[in-house]
Amino acid sequence: MNRLLENRNFLGFAFMLPAAVLLLLFLTYPLGLGTWLGFTDAKVGRAGVWVGLENYIYLYGDAVTRLSLFNTLFYTVVASVIKFALGLWLAILLNQNIPLKSFVRAAVLLPFIVPTALSAIAFWWIYDAQFSIISWALVKLGWIDTYIDFLGQPWAARLSTIAANIWRGVPFVAICLLAGLQTISPSLYEAASIDGAKPSQQFWYVTLPLLTPIIAVVMTFSVLFTFTDFQLIYVLTRGGPLNATHLMATLSFQRAISGGALGEGAAIATAMIPFLLAAILFSYFGLQRRAWQQGGSDK
Amino acid sequence: MSNIDRRNFLKMSAGLAAGAATGEVLAQGKKAGAAPTLNLKPEKGAKLRVLRWKRFVQGDEDLWLANTKKFTEKTGIEVRVDSEGWEDVRPKAAVAANIGSGPDIIISTFEDAHQYPDKLVDVTDVANYLGAKYGGWYDSSIAYGTAHGKGKKWIALPMGCAGNALVYRDSHMKAAGFSAFPKDTDGLLKLMQALKAKGTPGGFALGNATGDGNVWCHWLLWAFGGKMVDTKNNVVINSPETIKALEYAKELYQTFIPGTLSWLDPNNNKAFLDGQISLTCNGISVYYAAKTSPDPKLKAIAEDIGHANMPIGPVGRPTELNLVFPMMVFKYSKFPNAAKEYLRFMMEKEQYEPWQQAAIGYVTQPLKFYESNPIWTVDPKHTPYRDAMKVMQPNGYAGEMGYASAASMADFIVVNMIAEAASGSKTPKEAAERAEKRAQRYYKV
Repeated sequence: MNRLLENRNFLGFAFMLPAAVLLLLFLTYPLGLGTWLGFTDAKVGRAGVWVGLENYIYLYGDAVTRLSLFNTLFYTVVASVIKFALGLWLAILLNQNIPLKSFVRAAVLLPFIVPTALSAIAFWWIYDAQFSIISWALVKLGWIDTYIDFLGQPWAARLSTIAANIWRGVPFVAICLLAGLQTISPSLYEAASIDGAKPSQQFWYVTLPLLTPIIAVVMTFSVLFTFTDFQLIYVLTRGGPLNATHLMATLSFQRAISGGALGEGAAIATAMIPFLLAAILFSYFGLQRRAWQQGGSDK
Repeated sequence: MSNIDRRNFLKMSAGLAAGAATGEVLAQGKKAGAAPTLNLKPEKGAKLRVLRWKRFVQGDEDLWLANTKKFTEKTGIEVRVDSEGWEDVRPKAAVAANIGSGPDIIISTFEDAHQYPDKLVDVTDVANYLGAKYGGWYDSSIAYGTAHGKGKKWIALPMGCAGNALVYRDSHMKAAGFSAFPKDTDGLLKLMQALKAKGTPGGFALGNATGDGNVWCHWLLWAFGGKMVDTKNNVVINSPETIKALEYAKELYQTFIPGTLSWLDPNNNKAFLDGQISLTCNGISVYYAAKTSPDPKLKAIAEDIGHANMPIGPVGRPTELNLVFPMMVFKYSKFPNAAKEYLRFMMEKEQYEPWQQAAIGYVTQPLKFYESNPIWTVDPKHTPYRDAMKVMQPNGYAGEMGYASAASMADFIVVNMIAEAASGSKTPKEAAERAEKRAQRYYKV
């Protein structure tokens, strides 16, 4: 026993075991089960049989699924780009010496702290066809005559849900990037200004390259969160109007749980994995290039 | 504690003795056509967990829990009642059925019992007892409660349904030139047009509103003779009748308040109580909210509210769909007899009538006898909800209920079709074709 405890390999294995068990039990098993279900015709209350690619073939031809794929990509791309731009901007602002610095920094995090379901309900009222505060204010100001149909028109609904997602996601990006900004040594900026670099040059040649690893991680997370968003849509529109805001996650739930088609729902969820993997690989290979971070160029 | 236990025990044994005695008497009297009996023997030490949908009107929950407490006092069987948002009960019930563990009784919605009939305890004995005692079950109760709707084996007991009717502002209707509420679809369209012209429009949910959207869209489709499937479950939605319904929907939509495409279940209630719409389709909950509110403005609206049954379309008979609540006992339950006894108890007159009254008829009875509950006549505004289960058409009409009908509804095929055609984003023909294609997927299985 003592011999075993002194064995580094065994100890390493023993210490890893709890984490490995947790991962296997709560990550690998559900993922594997979900993937397997996607290849069966399992229904709620009835085990399925293997049907191969049938679910995927059907989904490929299903107009609602295609629309939800488009919605998901549109939602993710637009929301992520704007979240990145706003987040970076906010981070740089917060990195300056502003009055009440720590208070402002804490306040910025608020949208992220509020449970999504709650903030979604607030947005639901903001976007309400009859009670929208935005419409009300604009009508009172005399700028518009009729209430804006935020969630009733397909494109308006897509943009409205994206706006709500951005509101919620920006703080996360901003605070993470702020942490990254603070790791950049001030001496680099001093050296740059001695060399006569203008602020914009400092940003492009000092800040951005050194921030890239953080950006890669933050944006990967942000894309993953956005791509798999569920609560916001579920509260605001349930995927309506006319399925214009159905994301793959909400459609998967609708088909699998409310609709009982477990296999088909699982297939929709599984179909999200390649996109998520692509996002991760892109950030891994695209943004983590050491050479670029150290001021070199790609070979 | 032990005191109470002893008292309970005494009461129980007394009850049992009395029960046995009356049982004998009744057994003798049976030939003479006396009241039916049911002798369920709850398991010793039984404890029950019940999952039900969260109340829409407070009185429902209060009385349901009070009745449950009464049951516990009478039988010593502990019952825990959990409530969840009604749309969350269905997935939970599905999971419970799937993994074989969960609450002993689940009170869910629509055709859930038909999705996993082999996971449910046979409740034929309770159903027959209640049917015999309370004037029989409505056809729709039999459709929802028995396997394949054949009326033989009961897999669930309908608790009743949340009836739907048209809720309108009487003064606005009169101002629009109507002295009585129209009885047919043509009349409804004219009324809606007149209301719109007066600046007091109506509105019906066209978003992915699980309850309100599905309810009125199915009524509309059926009113014109359209249906998802025929009696053999063949998809027949792409029909001239459906096109007629969609053309009607298009005209009706022109009279709606803006924004109905985004409406989920609560929107029409909010808009109505705020005075923004003068006509919608809903349960009695709007009236309940207005009537029980301390706000004088809402009280005035309550005074002005009228209810009318869903108008009759070209098919010439009522075609409404209402939200039926099946009560299911699951086979994994260790106390199936106690569970059945609980359901029997809750459906008996002593409990059911006061409960219906507390909810001012939010739940319409599945048993004919309760038509005589005074709640339906004490306020004439309650009356239109009385016949909800009597006249309704079940889910999946005209086919069989089951996985396909549930999935088609969960996927909002009919609601989407009507919304597409009404809003003009698709022609009625295109909308019907799309619905047909989507439905075929589910009905092919």
